[in-house]
Amino acid sequence: MNIIVCIKQVPDAKDVRLDPKTNTMAREGVESIMNPFDRHAVEEAVRLTEQHGGTVTVLSMGPPQAEAVLREAVSCGADEAVLVSDRSFAGADTWATTYTLGKAIDKVGPFDLILCGKQAIDGDTAQVGPGLARRLNIPYVSYVRKITGFENGAIRLHRLMDDGYDEVEIPLPGLLTVVKEINVPRVPSLKGKMKAKSLSIRTLNAEDIEADAGSLGLPGSTTQVVKVFAPEFKGERAMLEGTVDEQVEQLINKLEPYL
Amino acid sequence: MLRIDIETCIGCGVCEEECTFAAIEVVDGVAVVNEKCTLCGSCVDSCEAGALSIEREEKAVQADLAKWSGIMIYAEFRHGIVVPVSFELLGIGRQLADQQKVPLSAVLLGSGLGNAARDLVSYGADIVYQVDDPALEYFTDEIYGNILEDVVLEQKPEVVLAGATAIGRSFIPLVATSLATGLTADCTQLAIRPEDGVLLQTRPAFGGNIMATIECPYTRPQMATVRPRVMKAAQEDQNRKGEIINYQPHPDRLQSRVKVLRNVLEEQDQINITEGDIIVAGGRGLENEKGFELIKQLADAVGGAVGASRAAVDSEWIAYPHQVGQTGKTVNPKLYIACGISGAIQHVVGMQSAEAIVAINRDSHAPIFDVATYGIVGNLFEVVPKLIEKIKERKG
Repeated sequence: MNIIVCIKQVPDAKDVRLDPKTNTMAREGVESIMNPFDRHAVEEAVRLTEQHGGTVTVLSMGPPQAEAVLREAVSCGADEAVLVSDRSFAGADTWATTYTLGKAIDKVGPFDLILCGKQAIDGDTAQVGPGLARRLNIPYVSYVRKITGFENGAIRLHRLMDDGYDEVEIPLPGLLTVVKEINVPRVPSLKGKMKAKSLSIRTLNAEDIEADAGSLGLPGSTTQVVKVFAPEFKGERAMLEGTVDEQVEQLINKLEPYL
Repeated sequence: MLRIDIETCIGCGVCEEECTFAAIEVVDGVAVVNEKCTLCGSCVDSCEAGALSIEREEKAVQADLAKWSGIMIYAEFRHGIVVPVSFELLGIGRQLADQQKVPLSAVLLGSGLGNAARDLVSYGADIVYQVDDPALEYFTDEIYGNILEDVVLEQKPEVVLAGATAIGRSFIPLVATSLATGLTADCTQLAIRPEDGVLLQTRPAFGGNIMATIECPYTRPQMATVRPRVMKAAQEDQNRKGEIINYQPHPDRLQSRVKVLRNVLEEQDQINITEGDIIVAGGRGLENEKGFELIKQLADAVGGAVGASRAAVDSEWIAYPHQVGQTGKTVNPKLYIACGISGAIQHVVGMQSAEAIVAINRDSHAPIFDVATYGIVGNLFEVVPKLIEKIKERKG
C-alpha cells in the first residue's frame, strides 16, 4: 500500500496571541511544530505499511523551513519526503492549497491512500482533506478514529460522529483524515533519526507541478482575511470569599438565572 | 502586493504599529514591507498620508455575481430529528435574508423526514427543498454533497450556511470545492455589508487566541459553517407560511463510493455535549474515577451534561466524546462549571465562549481563574458535595 501523508508545519497555537494593546501577534518563543493531528496520520501510515507493505511518502507544502517536519516524520518511520515550496504559494487559502497539493500529488505519482490530520491547529478549518479528495476525484472519510481492516482493496474503519461513530467502508484509492485517538505516535528511533539526517528531500516548485500561476497563493484564493483582532473576554470576574458554606451560598445566588 | 509610495510616505510609523504581523517597519524615514505581509489591508486604512495601497492581480470574477440571490441553509437531520443548530441557522439566515430582502431557503436531506420541513417553515424558512430517500438514511459525504451542490447550482443563493458539526465540517468543504467557491469554517459572527452584499465571516483561529474576519469577494455562493450554540435560534411561529418542494435528485447522484455499514450511538455518551445549556466538567483535580463520579452527580443536580479536560480523558475516567478543548469539542453553553481543571489554554479555547464560567480549584494561581466569571479557591471534595446539596434543596 503506497501512502502519501500530507503534513503541515504550524506555529504552536497555544503560544500565539494578539497583544490587545498593540494588536500585534506576540511571536516571541513561538515554536514551529508538526501539526499534532498530522503526527497521528504519519503513525497510522507507518503501521499500515508495516502490516501490508508499501511505502510512506510525507509531503508538505510550506516555506523551506518546513523541511524540519518532513525530516521529523522520516525519523518516525516515513520512507520518502517531498517539500512543495515556492514563494508564489504564500497566502494560499484552503482552495488554493488543495489545488497546489493536488497538482503536487499528480507529480509524485500513483498512490493507494492519502492520510491527513483532521485539521491544522493554526487555521482549524478541516477543509483541506475533503477539498483535496475532490481535486483528485477520490472518495474520502473524515474524522477516522480506528482502522479495523483492509480487504479486497477497501479499508474498513470507524468514523467519529457527534453522537457516536459510523462503521464505514472506503475503496482505494481514497483519502482519510484522522483524529488523535486513532493511535499513539511512536517516538523517533535511532535508525529513523539517522535516515532523516541523510535523506535528500525532493523539492517541487510551481513550475515542477505545472501549476496555473493564477490559481496559486493569495491571488488564487477564493477567500481573503480582511481583519484580525484579539477576542474579547466578557463578564464580571469575581473570586468568592468566606467559608465553604458562604462561598457555595453566594455561588448559588449568582447562578440563579441558569438553574 | 503592498505598494508603498516612498514620495508620499512621511515615515510616521502608524502603519508599523497597526500591522498585526510585524510585516512593516520604518527604515530611514520610509515604510518597508517584509515577507510576513498577508495583504490584510489594515495599514492601508491607517495611513493618513495615503502612501499605501494593495495591488491585486486582476482576478477573474465570476461573471454573474449579481445573479446569485437568496440565503440558503443546510438543515441537518439525524436520528429522526432536525439538529438544533439548524434552527440557529434559520435565526441568522432570517436576519440576513430580511436585510437583503431575499428569500430564506433550507435544504433538508434524510430518510423518514416526517414533519421536519414544516418545522423549518415555522422557524423561518420561506422555501424548503427536501429529499426523503432511503439512500440518505446514513450520512455519506458524496450523496449529501451531490444533492446540496445540485440544489445550489439550480437556485443560485448568494449565501449558503451549514452547522459546524461533524457532518457539516465533513461534507461542506466537498461542496465548496465542487462549486469552486470560498468557504469559511466555524464562524461565530456573520454580517452582510450593505454596499456590496459581501458576507463578513468572523471566526476564531489559532485555537481561539485570534479572531479573523474573512470575505469571499469574487465567487458565489459565499459559504460558511457556523458553530453550534453561538447564533440565536429563530422563534417558532406555527402560522408562518412557506413552500415545501420535494426535490428529485438524479439517480446517479444517489451513489456513494463510501459505504456506511452501521451507525453506533455511544451508550453513555448519547448526550451531545455541544448542545446542552449547562456543562459540568472535571479535570485532573478529581484524582480518580471515583472522584469523577462527583462531576456526574453535580451534572445531574443542575440538569447538565458532563465535560472533561484532556487529563481526565487520558486517565480514562470518562470517554473521549466528553473532552472539551483543542483536541476535543468546542462548547458554548450558558453555564460551564469547571471543577479541578487547571485551565491550560488547550482546554480554555474549547469553552471560553460560555456565557458564565465557574471555576472550582485548589490552586489560586490556576489559569482557569483568568477566564472564570465566578471563582472558588478550595477543596472541590468539600465544595462540590455542598453545592449539590444546596442545589437539590433549592430545587426542592
